[in-house]
Amino acid sequence: MAASMRLLLRRVIRLSHRYNNVTAAGVSARSGCCWGPSTCRCFSDVAGDRSTHFGFETVPETEKAKRVYKVFENVAQKYDTMNDVMSLGIHRLWKDMLLHAMHPQPGARLLDVAGGTGDISFRFLEYVRSQQERQKWRTARSMQTPSSQDISNNYSAEDEDTPQESRAVVCDINKEMLNVGRKRADSMGISAGLSWVVGNAEELPFDDDQFDIYTIAFGIRNVTHIDQALQEALRVLKPGGRFMCLEFSKVTNPVLARIYDAYSFQMIPVLGEVIAGDWKSYQYLVESIRKFPDQEEFKHMIEDAGFYCVKYNNLTSGVVALHSGFKL
Amino acid sequence: MRISVHISTMWLYAGRLFQWLNQRQYVLISKAVCAHQVHSSSTGFTDSCYNGLYPGHIHTTPIQKAVLAVGSGVAALHDPHRHDMVAVLGEATGHLALINLRDKMRNDPEGYTILKERPRIRLSTLDLSDMASLPDGSFGREYLRFLEDNDVTPDSRADVRFVDDEELAYVMQRYREVHDLLHTLLGMPTNMLGEVAVKWFEAAQTGLPMCALGAVLGPLRLSTSRLKLLFTSLGPWALRNGHRARCVLSIFYERRWAQSIEDLRQELNIEPPPVIVRATKKRNT
Repeated sequence: MAASMRLLLRRVIRLSHRYNNVTAAGVSARSGCCWGPSTCRCFSDVAGDRSTHFGFETVPETEKAKRVYKVFENVAQKYDTMNDVMSLGIHRLWKDMLLHAMHPQPGARLLDVAGGTGDISFRFLEYVRSQQERQKWRTARSMQTPSSQDISNNYSAEDEDTPQESRAVVCDINKEMLNVGRKRADSMGISAGLSWVVGNAEELPFDDDQFDIYTIAFGIRNVTHIDQALQEALRVLKPGGRFMCLEFSKVTNPVLARIYDAYSFQMIPVLGEVIAGDWKSYQYLVESIRKFPDQEEFKHMIEDAGFYCVKYNNLTSGVVALHSGFKL
Repeated sequence: MRISVHISTMWLYAGRLFQWLNQRQYVLISKAVCAHQVHSSSTGFTDSCYNGLYPGHIHTTPIQKAVLAVGSGVAALHDPHRHDMVAVLGEATGHLALINLRDKMRNDPEGYTILKERPRIRLSTLDLSDMASLPDGSFGREYLRFLEDNDVTPDSRADVRFVDDEELAYVMQRYREVHDLLHTLLGMPTNMLGEVAVKWFEAAQTGLPMCALGAVLGPLRLSTSRLKLLFTSLGPWALRNGHRARCVLSIFYERRWAQSIEDLRQELNIEPPPVIVRATKKRNT
């Protein structure tokens, strides 16, 4: 019986390899064909104009940023609805897990890159606020029977402002996404400690050593030069600061991988068409996930950029990976 | 012992399921590659290279078409302003009706010419100043008047994307572009009542499920007086004419701008409308 199990297992693995080869062939054929117009453009441009991937398509590097901008400009209004529908609400759990791993303390300064509609920043401020409340409750409990000295100390302390003001900066290259995020913040009544900045992850508009925590959630695969984004992250973090990245990655379980692929390529563009009226953008989204390096490779990229103690956790069997590193 | 037998049969079925899924994916991807390779050899397209049988074509499996049909139907009902969803519903459900229409066109000499020459009705192809100089009562002049009164443009039609045959996609596109001309021929404005009347006519003429759905659900949004008008005179007239009229897609409208509209109606076997429905000043009623 064990022998037959092993045989079946080997069969499964062989099938999955064959599938990977087929997709690779499919990818190269499609991207090869699309060389036509882009190579013509290449010859007319400055020599040394490189190309990169845009989903399964090959485009000049200069064009990728523009096309990504268009994608997010089109989907911005329905972005949050689509996230809920596509991930069946699980993206909220992933973001909660990011915050839990982050465990920010009151007074922390967060830079939320590709923050778009503000999910991470809102959670950050909420978390820090609840931490502060818990601290206050703890100090209140320990001072159930205060001495007169304590009471007079309290009066003088109340005059000062809370010394630890947490701040979250949402930085995104796309103005539409930031607009949607700002409207959400207004409707939720969150304004203290939150700022919205237009900026490119490859060239951040901030000085060195500014932030305690740098996060980029589901944004780094859209950046044209990932290594530049990582170097910028290193630059703007304070020494001891933490880099955290949530991103779609390679699914480890072969059964789930097959189901995930079928769902991604068959259902997600259809949902994109029905809900957001945009098939192509969601086709790009699922293709860009496949082009992003896997967990180990991305970990090496982060280490190469100069981060230490780089680790990653797989969430939902590798559908999403949470990478973390420190600037020391 | 029995448990182990059950488990191994379970694995066997699981293995067969993976194989089936794998084959589906393989077929889907290889189809896309083949179509792509076929078209990469042909040059001279003004658009950049596209995947599929025609510019804008997106391959869809039967499951995807089913989900698109249901999803777009729900979305269109939920938000009537989503005309793109109505278009998608038409494409996902109209395969048989399109084949029927295409065959009707092939059997008609003028329709056959249209299928060969593939004319498109767009602002860029229409000579508006020329049409404005035509006498009143001519088809071209009335069409221009219709565009002005109802504040519409022939360029607002979405491109066909989900029809998996190049000729049928053109038939669908032609149907969309002829819709405004039908409004002119039937004398119906673009308010809700006019649209429903035209939908009834189209449902009887083309048999497209999307038209039938629109014909059934459209009246739900009408006021009682208009509903009465629809069911007593406009509706029966539209259905009757839809059945007896010649195939409206088989007419080369672009060559008949100077023809009198009454003449054209007679040729198509369409009675003039029993009631004059006025266009309202506001677009959304």
